[in-house]
Amino acid sequence: MLSKRLIACLDVRDGKLAKSVRFVETKDIGDPVEKAREYYLDGLDELVFYDITASSDRRSIILEVVEAVAEQVFIPLSVGGGVRSVQDATDLRLAGAEKINVNSAAVRRPALIAECAEAIGGQNVVLSMDIRRVGESPGFPSGYEIVIDGGRTPMGIDALAWTREGERLGAGELVVNSIDADGTRDGYELRLTRMIGDAVRIPVIASGGAGVPEHLYDVLTEGRADAALVASMVHYGDYSVSGLKRDLHERGVKMRMSW
Amino acid sequence: MTVIVDYDAGNLRSVQRACAEVGVRAEITNDAERVRAAERVIFPGVGAAGSAMRSLRARDMDGALTEAVAGGTPVLGICLGLQISLDRSEENDQATLGLIPGRVRRFALADPALKVPHMGWNEVRVVRDHPLLEGIAPGDEFYFVHAYYPVPQDDGVVCAVADYEGDFCCALGSANYFATQFHPEKSGRVGLRLLERFARWDGRA
Repeated sequence: MLSKRLIACLDVRDGKLAKSVRFVETKDIGDPVEKAREYYLDGLDELVFYDITASSDRRSIILEVVEAVAEQVFIPLSVGGGVRSVQDATDLRLAGAEKINVNSAAVRRPALIAECAEAIGGQNVVLSMDIRRVGESPGFPSGYEIVIDGGRTPMGIDALAWTREGERLGAGELVVNSIDADGTRDGYELRLTRMIGDAVRIPVIASGGAGVPEHLYDVLTEGRADAALVASMVHYGDYSVSGLKRDLHERGVKMRMSW
Repeated sequence: MTVIVDYDAGNLRSVQRACAEVGVRAEITNDAERVRAAERVIFPGVGAAGSAMRSLRARDMDGALTEAVAGGTPVLGICLGLQISLDRSEENDQATLGLIPGRVRRFALADPALKVPHMGWNEVRVVRDHPLLEGIAPGDEFYFVHAYYPVPQDDGVVCAVADYEGDFCCALGSANYFATQFHPEKSGRVGLRLLERFARWDGRA
C-alpha cells in the first residue's frame, strides 16, 4: 500500500527562499539548497521548488538551484513557476527535476500539458491549480474558479471543468492550491480538495492553509488527498518534517517512517 | 568502470548523481562497446517499452546487454530497465530482451481509489536474501513510478515484493543480473545503500 506523502514547497525568488502570504508579501528566509538538504535528511518524501523570480534572467537562476539540490537530495524533486514550453520542461529535467509543474501557461494554452506529457511522460507532469472560491453559479457549477499569475488574474474557468480537462490532456498529478486558504494557517480547504479528488483518477496534492498537524491529518483523511504540501509550518521552525510525519503516523495515517 | 546505459529513455543523470553520492564514478554512454568493456552496468530507464526497444536495437545495445549478462558482468536494471529484461511486455505488445523468462503486465485494479500509475513510496519486503538487499529492514520504503509490473516465470528469481492490491515482484535477481522496479536513486538513503552495495558486488547471488 502506498504511503501518503509529505511534500515541502520552497518558493524561490532570485535564488533565495521566500514565503508568500496570501500570494502577496514575500520575505527571504534562507538558502533553498540548505533547506532542501535539511528536510531530505529529516525524512521528507518529496520536494517542490516554485520559482517566483520576476527578472528576465530567471531561467538560469532556477536551473542552478535545481542542479545544486539534485546533487544532494535523493528524493523526487518537482519544479514549477513560469514553465511555458517543452523546452523549459526538458531544461529543468536535465538540471535534475523529476517532475515539472505547469500552471498559468497551461491555462492560457492547454496544449502545453499534452506536449509536456508527450516529451517527459505524463507521470512527470504536475498540473498545479490556483483556485478561488466564488460561490455556485451557472458559470461556476463547482463554486470555484481558476486564477493565474500567482492569484492575480481570474480566468472565468470553473475549477472542476479545468481539473477534468487537465487529466484528459495527460497530467499525471494535480496540485490543488486554495488561494483563500493560502498563508492563513487555518487549514486546507477540505471540501475543494475532496471534490477535485473525487472527479479524477490521478493523485491529488493538497496545498494552502496548513497551520497545525491536525490540518494535515484532516486533508489526508477527510479531504482524501494523496499528499499534503507544507511551507511555512516547517520553514520557520515551528514544526519539523519528521515531527509532522510521526504525528500523522501516530494518528493512523500510513507514512514512510524510516529513512 | 561502471557505465549507465543511455538509450534516450529518461533522465540518467539522477542515477549518475546518486552513484556519485556513494563514491562511484559512473559514465553515461550510448556506445555498445563501452557496455561490453564495462566492469559494471546500470540499465535504468523510464518511458514506453516499444520506443525503448527500438532505440536499444538502433545502437546494438540489446546485443551488448545480452553479452554482458551472459559474460558475468554485474548488471543492475532499474524500472523500465527491469521490464525490458523480460521476454515480453503488454505495453505496446512488445517482444523484449528475454534475459529473464517472464512477462510484464499492466496494473488492472478493482479498487477505484487505487491509482495507476502506482506512484509514491511503498514498503519493499525481501522474500529471498540477496547481497544487494542486505540491510533492508521491515518498514523500509522505496519510491515507485510505474503502470506495468514484472511477472517472472520462475518464482525463484523474485527477491522482493510490494503490495498494491496484492503483492507484485519489485526486485528480481538471477546470477549476476539484478533489477528493481523501484528507483533506488530517488529512494533516499535506503536507495543509496543499494547502489553502494551494487558498486562492490561481485555478481554472485
